[in-house]
Amino acid sequence: MAVKRYGVLSLILLLLVAWQAVTSFFRVPEFVFPRPLSVARALLEMLSNGELYRNSIASLFRVTWGFYLAVATAIPFGLFLGRQHQLRAILNPLIQFLRPISPLAWIPMALMWFGIGDKPAIFLIFLSSFFPLIVFTTSSVLNIRTTYLRVAENFGFKGLRLYMRVILPAALPDIITALRITLGTAWLVIVAAEMIAVKSGLGYLIIDARNSLRMDMVVAGMVVIGAIGLVLDNIIRLLERMPSVEWSRVRR
Amino acid sequence: MSKIEVTGLRKSYVERRRRKRFLSQCKQYEDCQVLDGITFSIPAGTFACFVGPSGCGKSTMFRIVSGFERPSSGTVLIDGQEVTGPGSKHVCVFQEDGLFPWFTAAQNIAMGLSKSSSSDVAKKVEDYLELVGLSGFGGHYPHELSGGMRRRAEVARALITNPEILFMDEPFGALDFVTRLQMREEMVNVHQMFDMTILFITHDIDEALQLGDRIIMLSDRPSRVAWDIRLDDPHPRDLSTGHLSRLRKEIYYRMGLHVAL
Repeated sequence: MAVKRYGVLSLILLLLVAWQAVTSFFRVPEFVFPRPLSVARALLEMLSNGELYRNSIASLFRVTWGFYLAVATAIPFGLFLGRQHQLRAILNPLIQFLRPISPLAWIPMALMWFGIGDKPAIFLIFLSSFFPLIVFTTSSVLNIRTTYLRVAENFGFKGLRLYMRVILPAALPDIITALRITLGTAWLVIVAAEMIAVKSGLGYLIIDARNSLRMDMVVAGMVVIGAIGLVLDNIIRLLERMPSVEWSRVRR
Repeated sequence: MSKIEVTGLRKSYVERRRRKRFLSQCKQYEDCQVLDGITFSIPAGTFACFVGPSGCGKSTMFRIVSGFERPSSGTVLIDGQEVTGPGSKHVCVFQEDGLFPWFTAAQNIAMGLSKSSSSDVAKKVEDYLELVGLSGFGGHYPHELSGGMRRRAEVARALITNPEILFMDEPFGALDFVTRLQMREEMVNVHQMFDMTILFITHDIDEALQLGDRIIMLSDRPSRVAWDIRLDDPHPRDLSTGHLSRLRKEIYYRMGLHVAL
């Protein structure tokens, strides 16, 4: 564990040093590729004037709402769909048709429907998470081992009890993986959405910095986006440590 | 009256061939017959073992008799009633691990009990853990237990429901040799303690000879009952001498194995 941690830290350090060295040595102009030290200065500047905090909270607020709305609707619906073979056969083509439409293509419609502000962004995040979550959840239900379903039938599990005690726990490890992927996508989408649709958030921060030719701020924004993405992923990964999903990592 | 009455059980699976789909609309169907008129009847309280060559349809028969699949034709009667689905009085132990890995051993065993007060459940679960030699392991998750312990927990989960029939499909097939022998001994005890009918499928002839009051031998696919043997030897049984050893040779011979044993 210690070896791993030191390894990661020294790799980051090495990259930073190489970045600084290469950009200084070849005299790369700051507006083409800013140096780590200027990025650090920009970070400090945005930290002290509250820009960073305000915009991160704005982005996180939208992602959280959109993502949780999607989780709250897509997972129950996906669990249900995984058991309803005829309904799935009818709905699946529609879902597969809507899924590949990029959430960004919905931006004009979202603005028409929800006006300006947080609502269209939340709607876009919802869209970006909803369809993949339904597809993942449904397929994780279909992957449940037949033996578990037979045992459940044998012991008379039915209705809500069947879902809560067998279907959901059996599908949960796959669902957690789906949550990780989906939250990552949501975070990708919010930045893009904020570049077009709103006047706050980390995406807006980057576009705004570019417009004033502050490339150091652009890169600082990218660093923050990466860091928050890492934290979000680690939060979801905490779920994988629950004792009732540990089995999936031991054997299938 | 017999507990389980199986008459003329047939099962074929239809394989749909989808080749040439673009050239012609015609779909080809091909029948694969697995069971060809299996008939037997088992009185209440019998320990009935089913043996047969690999792939002969033992598991298919198991799923039909326990109610998970419908036969193509023929009937399965339990207590004179036609079987239409798995019942709570007839509990199955499947070939693969059937414990829910998201529950602890104790939670798994408690699954068999539905409506009683919580203190009652805890006490009863503890009793059944002890019965199968798993005292102190109730809080463990299945993946923290050995293969043999998981099987014991599964047997406990079946027994706690106080079933009239226990269906077991090669339950000890995946265990190592010594554990398998231990489980054999314990199945004899379990059968003597509980008043129930056991339908036990195995590919292990010795297991059948040591456990069964009845041994029903199935033929190759499409399978029929090839031999129906009644045994009333007392337990524990020594297979190395006497008529049991001759019986074993005869079973091997009838299965087409002519090697010296």
